[in-house]
Amino acid sequence: MSTVDVPAPLSGEEREHIAAMAGHGETARSACIEALKYVQSRHGWVNDAQLAEIADLLGLSAAELDSVATFYNLIFRKPVGQHVIFLCDSVSCWIMGRERVCAQLHQRLGISQGETTKDGAYTLLPIVCLGHCDHAPAMLIDETLYGDVDAAKLDAIFPPEAHGT
Amino acid sequence: MTETPLTANIRPGEPLDVGAYERAGGYRAARRAVMQMTPAEVIDLVTQSKLRGRGGAGFSTGLKWSLVPQRDAVPPPRYLVVNADEMEPGTFKDRLLLEGDPHQMIEAVIIAAYAIQADRAYIFLRGEYHLAARRLQRAIDEAQARDYIGPRCFGGDFSLAVHVHTSGGRYICGEETALLTALEGHRAIPRAKPPFPQVSGLWGRPTVVNNVETLCNVPHIVNNGASWFIGLGEGVDSGTKIFGASGRVRRPGAWELPMGTPLREILEDHAGGMQDGYELRAVLPGGASTGFIMAADLDVPMSFAAVEKCGSRLGTGAAIVLDQRTCPVGMLRNLEHFFAQESCGWCTPCRDGLPWVERLLAGLEAGEGVEEDLTILEEHVGLLGPGRTFCAHAPGAMAPLATGLKYFRADFERHVHDQHCPWR
Repeated sequence: MSTVDVPAPLSGEEREHIAAMAGHGETARSACIEALKYVQSRHGWVNDAQLAEIADLLGLSAAELDSVATFYNLIFRKPVGQHVIFLCDSVSCWIMGRERVCAQLHQRLGISQGETTKDGAYTLLPIVCLGHCDHAPAMLIDETLYGDVDAAKLDAIFPPEAHGT
Repeated sequence: MTETPLTANIRPGEPLDVGAYERAGGYRAARRAVMQMTPAEVIDLVTQSKLRGRGGAGFSTGLKWSLVPQRDAVPPPRYLVVNADEMEPGTFKDRLLLEGDPHQMIEAVIIAAYAIQADRAYIFLRGEYHLAARRLQRAIDEAQARDYIGPRCFGGDFSLAVHVHTSGGRYICGEETALLTALEGHRAIPRAKPPFPQVSGLWGRPTVVNNVETLCNVPHIVNNGASWFIGLGEGVDSGTKIFGASGRVRRPGAWELPMGTPLREILEDHAGGMQDGYELRAVLPGGASTGFIMAADLDVPMSFAAVEKCGSRLGTGAAIVLDQRTCPVGMLRNLEHFFAQESCGWCTPCRDGLPWVERLLAGLEAGEGVEEDLTILEEHVGLLGPGRTFCAHAPGAMAPLATGLKYFRADFERHVHDQHCPWR
């Protein structure tokens, strides 16, 4: 994996931000999902050292926090690419051809679901219904929602020369 | 022309800001409720309107609110939680409401929180709904700047803090007690009921959890009265509902229509019927956890009782259409994959039963199934049915399977006898 090699400890600013979050809710632990998401938004994923620091700031054991982190599918405990492609695999998108889109993505980027491109640019993951069923098949890239995904749309999003396998 | 109160302000582009929302009549209902009505009067009005939950269960909203203990019996804090964790496959109504008219959501939150005398409200939003999160936060900031929320709402004695929580993921968070567990910073495991959240909810305090669409009706009920709301429905249920259609229809979409609108009207008039070359075979009328309705029953009115009589549930009102070119066994495999993956793992029947169901269906689809698999699948419908599991997740998963085994028996048998999927 080339995206993140060295576990980055939290910066002073990050520690302060999480400590402030802990004071907002009724209990410090109620901020834990928000804190994990905050660290992930800055580092792409949450590594063991960061998780231990968050746990410490919120008064939890690292194991306890990891049990929460690993429950939620939008919190990554492994490195991901610079961009994450979430391809809907729920029923309306399945009926409307999401398997074909998945194969086209494989052709274009050389990755199957759960994999990251060699240049570290993209990770492809399945996701449950994105609530865009009237424009199935649907796909979310980072925070941008795409509907009616077909080969032409994929061409526009992923220029053919950009990501060799 | 039918009235469409829920979607009246929704148009392409940016949603109404606070000024435009007020010019369109917004925040009048919240101001009136908070300044001129008692909490009990608001609850009575909503009870009289016969508003029922739009998240899938259809429980009476007024009754739910009335079960919260009086404020002098149980002192603060108490909570209102908006279930905006829309994740039922095929459903895209709450996203429309949140993105399209965020101030309507905030106004509804003020009125509901006042009715149950909550001092804090959480909007539990799907993590993937990034645009809705931004628009809701902007609406909260604008409402706060005008003192509609915060300390002393509208200059009166009622105070309310509103927060948006964006989820870390997982379908089970939509189960109201699992949602509360998630808000407290734990794995989202459902809780035993009783005690119900109204008595012991978030951090053990009185809490009401309501769906987005349910709440968005409330300002209109306060403005126009209970009998107006009852009159919006066709037949027994009151109000309008955002119905949807997806699959191989000509114009997939979502439409606000009277409760009780026939399914055929939704699919033929609004969704434009089937695409060329496709025939309608069956419909999941209200999301993935509702049973199939066959083409012969399309005249069923989309009301709670009528859809139940048809062997299914109204659910979220989001219809998913199965066409004749799609394999029903494959569709069920897709559905049960979803449910197996989204089981929280807490109780054994759900954790172990759903993956088994998925494996059997995958085997059948791949042409590796045997006759006995159908018997085992039928047994699971009972083993994972209502009353056998900790929450409604597995029973919901069994609804399409039970009806699918009944209606598509011949297709299942062909998979077994041909050792091959006839659609491949």
